[in-house]
Amino acid sequence: MSFYHVYQELKELDLEGFLDSVTNNDVKRVLHKEVLNKEDFLKLLSPAAGENLEVLAQKAHRVTVQHFGKTIQLFDPIYISDYCVNHCTYCSFNVTNQFKRQQLTMEGIEREAKKIAGTGIKHVLILTGESRRHSSMSYMKDTVAVLRKYFESISIEINPLETEEYKELKEVGVDGVTVYQEVYNEDIYQDFHVKGPKRNYRYRLDTPERGCLAGLRSVNIGALLGLDNWRKEVFFTGMHANYLQTKYIGTEIGVSLPRIRPNLGSFSSRSKVNDRSFVQSLMALRLFLPRSAITLSTRESPDLRDHLIPLGVTRMSAGASTEVGGYSLEVEGTNQFEISDKRSVKEICKALYEKDYQPVFKDWNQL
Amino acid sequence: MKDELTIGGVTLTSRLFIGTGKFHHNNLIPAVAKSSMAEVITVAMRRVDLHSTEENIINFIPKNMILLPNTSGARTAEEAVRIARLSRAAGLGNWVKIEVIPDQKYLLPDNYETLKATESLVKEGFIVLPYMNPDLVVAKQLEEVGAAAVMPLGSPIGSNRGFRTKELVRIMIAESRVPIVVDAGIGKPSEACEAMELGADAVLVNTAIATSNDPVTMAGAFANSVRAGRVAYLSGLGETTLEARASSPLTGFLG
Repeated sequence: MSFYHVYQELKELDLEGFLDSVTNNDVKRVLHKEVLNKEDFLKLLSPAAGENLEVLAQKAHRVTVQHFGKTIQLFDPIYISDYCVNHCTYCSFNVTNQFKRQQLTMEGIEREAKKIAGTGIKHVLILTGESRRHSSMSYMKDTVAVLRKYFESISIEINPLETEEYKELKEVGVDGVTVYQEVYNEDIYQDFHVKGPKRNYRYRLDTPERGCLAGLRSVNIGALLGLDNWRKEVFFTGMHANYLQTKYIGTEIGVSLPRIRPNLGSFSSRSKVNDRSFVQSLMALRLFLPRSAITLSTRESPDLRDHLIPLGVTRMSAGASTEVGGYSLEVEGTNQFEISDKRSVKEICKALYEKDYQPVFKDWNQL
Repeated sequence: MKDELTIGGVTLTSRLFIGTGKFHHNNLIPAVAKSSMAEVITVAMRRVDLHSTEENIINFIPKNMILLPNTSGARTAEEAVRIARLSRAAGLGNWVKIEVIPDQKYLLPDNYETLKATESLVKEGFIVLPYMNPDLVVAKQLEEVGAAAVMPLGSPIGSNRGFRTKELVRIMIAESRVPIVVDAGIGKPSEACEAMELGADAVLVNTAIATSNDPVTMAGAFANSVRAGRVAYLSGLGETTLEARASSPLTGFLG
């Protein structure tokens, strides 16, 4: 059993017909329920629910405060290599884009770590392009050894690994893995992933499950919104999270809502996701998965991010850089995507406090 | 009437324990502590950052309170033990609330791992208060290995669903030789009162206070309800009946 089988059953359902048939009353009934099933979740993603965003927001806010309090956990990404063997049409790091690639040395990583740690950040997410040659297991282990001196929790967002490899990284101090399916629609997946190992849809889809099997503390998934119909993509994301959380109760399953940003190259989104739809996605996920962490990156604008805080978000990056060596270098290089919220950690904290929210820097102890 | 509670050799007059999680600003903690009149306060070790002066939650906790660091985030006995050691090494005292929660969906504790962690930490000299699923057999085992008190959940943590495990906790209260502190799930002062009326030795309330619109006032409401419940328990609650009854309907003929 794999989520692949669940996905194959779900995609046969008449999702669009169902979404269009949902009425205002259906939505209101869902909001009175405590535990939502997949039909309820779909109802929250329907056009009818889109007409009732304020009521959804009231409930999403209540549920989030109940489970997480008025707190937002802060983290930062740390990009250590942008070598990549894949050709994904929407990403700046893709193999066909010509730019000077970099891979940080351990000294470079330490410089970045010092800069980030200086802002008070205690949780980091290591990112690389997908290249097993450049992000080898030994390179990753050395990186983790350096970062452990500065941070309480370390997660990775790198090329998909085998269960045994995740176990090895767990042994040296990796707590979590983030891996986005990018797009759940299998046919469209093939269109966007033109070349490289990432073309293997099934292998990528089973990656979060391998992280769970390896016993990592947290596994974070998501779809890159803008690659296909967002209602269906968010539905598959929630169902994937639910599948994992039910099967692996010991792993904290989180979701992210990355939305397509301008990048190097000529890609432009086919299925634009406007702010209303984005907010609806966030709230539907919150109500379907009341205890799951939801991450919001600096892809979104300061104004929108501030407004999203009460609606279900629990983790945010702050003062983030999406380029290799971006925290300590003076010269600007190539970002994986364009950052919209450029505020520093201090400024984000100020914004949180102004909204009566507490920034949480440390939420785990390195053991 | 003197009514004291002794845990780990410390005599307490307040039977309300409070927490430090979920507040929108840590600077609310001193006022909440004051209005709750609580003497014991729990803090998640995972959130304690001793290197940060600005964000160190410990700095907001009144110095006269008993600190009850908890092992939130631990999923095994081994992790709980390591967190407890970190806490003591950091100078946070030798009290510890064991939380071993492998279930990330409902946040239900693992009684077996909790028992193992309790046994190890008692041997290491900690005052151990384990958080658990209400289960008399495990409660007796916890008592056996030296738990200073036992903390059964009222309903799942953070759920505000109230005192749903009442029947099981009632048995634990009747049979236990160590204090029973009802922890988790208490959403309203009336529910805290209910646990106290039943004979619980204390209750721990966090979410219901921290996430209310006015945490300071709500803490005071809980303080009152816990006191009321305790006094009612000590006074002996009257029996409840559905109908008015003659005083001796069955034996009145004996004159």
